[in-house]
Amino acid sequence: MKQLKIFSVPYLVWMLVFILVPLIMVAYFAFRTADGEWTIQNISEVGQYANIFVRSIWLALIATVICLVVAYPLAYALSRMEKHKQSTMLLIVMLPMWMNFLLRTYAWMTLLGNNGIINNLLGMIGLGPYKLINTSGAVVLGMVYNYLPFMILPLYSVMEKIDKSVIEAASDLGCNSKKVITRVVVPLSLPGITSGITMVFVPAISTFIISRMLGGGSNLLIGDLIEMQFLGNSYNPHLGAAISLVLMVIILLIMTIMNQFSPDDQVLI
Amino acid sequence: MTVTKKNLLSWLLCMVMLVTGLTGCSDSDEAEEGEEDIEVQTLTIEDEDYYTRFKGDDIEINVYNWGEYICIGEEEGTLDILTEFEELTGIKVNYTTFATNEELYAKLKGGGVSYDVIIPSDYMISKMIKEGMVQKINMDNIPNYKYIMEDFRNLEYDPRNEYSVPYTWGTVGIIYDTTVIDLAPEEIDWDILWNEDYADQILMFDNPRDAFAIAEIMLGYSINTEDEKELEEAAELLKEQKKVVQAYVMDEIFDKMGASDALIAPYYAGDALMIMEENEDLGFVVPKSGTNLFVDAMCIPSSSKQKEAAEMFINFMCEPDIAHANIDYICYSTPHSAAYEMLDEEVRNDPVSYPSDEVKANMTVFVNLSDEASKTMQDLWTQMKSAEDETTSRWVMPVFLVACLLAVVIILIRRHIKNKKDIF
Repeated sequence: MKQLKIFSVPYLVWMLVFILVPLIMVAYFAFRTADGEWTIQNISEVGQYANIFVRSIWLALIATVICLVVAYPLAYALSRMEKHKQSTMLLIVMLPMWMNFLLRTYAWMTLLGNNGIINNLLGMIGLGPYKLINTSGAVVLGMVYNYLPFMILPLYSVMEKIDKSVIEAASDLGCNSKKVITRVVVPLSLPGITSGITMVFVPAISTFIISRMLGGGSNLLIGDLIEMQFLGNSYNPHLGAAISLVLMVIILLIMTIMNQFSPDDQVLI
Repeated sequence: MTVTKKNLLSWLLCMVMLVTGLTGCSDSDEAEEGEEDIEVQTLTIEDEDYYTRFKGDDIEINVYNWGEYICIGEEEGTLDILTEFEELTGIKVNYTTFATNEELYAKLKGGGVSYDVIIPSDYMISKMIKEGMVQKINMDNIPNYKYIMEDFRNLEYDPRNEYSVPYTWGTVGIIYDTTVIDLAPEEIDWDILWNEDYADQILMFDNPRDAFAIAEIMLGYSINTEDEKELEEAAELLKEQKKVVQAYVMDEIFDKMGASDALIAPYYAGDALMIMEENEDLGFVVPKSGTNLFVDAMCIPSSSKQKEAAEMFINFMCEPDIAHANIDYICYSTPHSAAYEMLDEEVRNDPVSYPSDEVKANMTVFVNLSDEASKTMQDLWTQMKSAEDETTSRWVMPVFLVACLLAVVIILIRRHIKNKKDIF
């Protein structure tokens, strides 16, 4: 056991230097003024952006739910396929991720635009034009599109491990197909669901480029707000750090609640 | 199975290489064919000795400029300025770009970087002078300063012209789609950006300073106002505009106006000309009620370790041939008298690039706002942008947080009890 610990040293050093120290710096910045005095004013100022927090959480939540609803049946079907088909299908799922993130989002801009491809096609059959881009719907779409593979993969890897014989046994013992899903597959795939939700929800809540490109600048999210404090017009890293800190606390709270739904031995945080 | 998949992959790779190889070839073919009728820019330097001082010293300078703001020989026959400079002086140039003045400021302020030449805009220069972030330039090392027009010397942001050498200037105006908006240019003023007939077809600046300037001009205030009440009124006006605005954008204006995704947008004159080359239906007008005249100028940050080499670069940028090649590529207006003379007659008489003195009289240069005023503006801007039509109650967030906290506490207590039970 002791020897095994040595193997984790590289990562522990990495974590110390690039995760722990920056986290402490964020916290330090959040409680300092520009003149170098201790203050809680930054934190209290975050309060005025409550509506941006609400919107971010809400949009990220919708995106996560859509991802789950789309990914779950797919992952189940995928895990029940023949082995060689599985790898091909997985390749197709992963394919969009090979393309640059910005490019993928940029493509949606030209698709959804007022003179974009979708509106042009609709125009040909006498519909529209509809306002597709610069809406919160477009932002959610961008989130779902970009983060869907992060939901599919953990779900698939958990479901793949569900032994076929378990499902067969359930059917043998009198479960109909609906009950097999609700009483066998879903409980067994719970760890996949929770980690999938984490992997979609956390990046979705803090994204900024998606809302900028697809939301038209009027659907401000927390990510945009933080970016504005560091690189944008309002240069105020102290407030930016405070917002990040509050965001981290909120995510932590939400994740703790989430983890209640997974078995005790697989708690994530 | 794995073998066939590998085969497929290698085939795909081959295809990709083949296609890129082919297009690469055809590109160079085209270039050769087109060479004859392209005007080739040449470079003549008056005082070559000046530039050879550092030859062989292995000096590097870091230049930080706006995106697409220098001629690097992309079009056939144009000069590749950075290479020319490196060949002439033996100084290596590390060239990087930024998108906003604020990004530049944040980078410099954050430390950890060292730039030798930066090109901020007027108000940012005055801010940096005030904060000691840029150093005085030794004008004796920049003989080509003599070419800078009188109009662009000693402007408000750098009253004695000790810190900056003007690079380009321009105005802010309105780009509009002439096929839909059937108005004479004289009839168009800033209020068109509030016109409900064009709802959802209007783009707006995604930076507070430019956006507030438009509102302030409409209200008849100075674009450098620091009065809180005036700023609030301007914010109110911008809030009113929000319902007709399609999107708040900066560089995306290129795509959106180029593809006719929007009808009206305020933007910088030089960029507008570039967009108009792409989309001929577009027109540009500088509103008569006044606008902002901006100057981008070259400065040397205080942290620069190669001041003399930086000055050499600035002087090189002011060589008539270089300044002309740049302005020809950027499409902004030049403060450089010799480069101006070298421009085509048509460009020199273009009221978009070089407005008459009469129009110019109505223009104001930005100066840096006080910290309080810019914070007020910033807060008002964020409020304006994050305000929703149906205002979410300010209780939602606290209630949500308290609920989360309660849930966590309950969970922890439950676990605690459970653990205790397990022990017994």
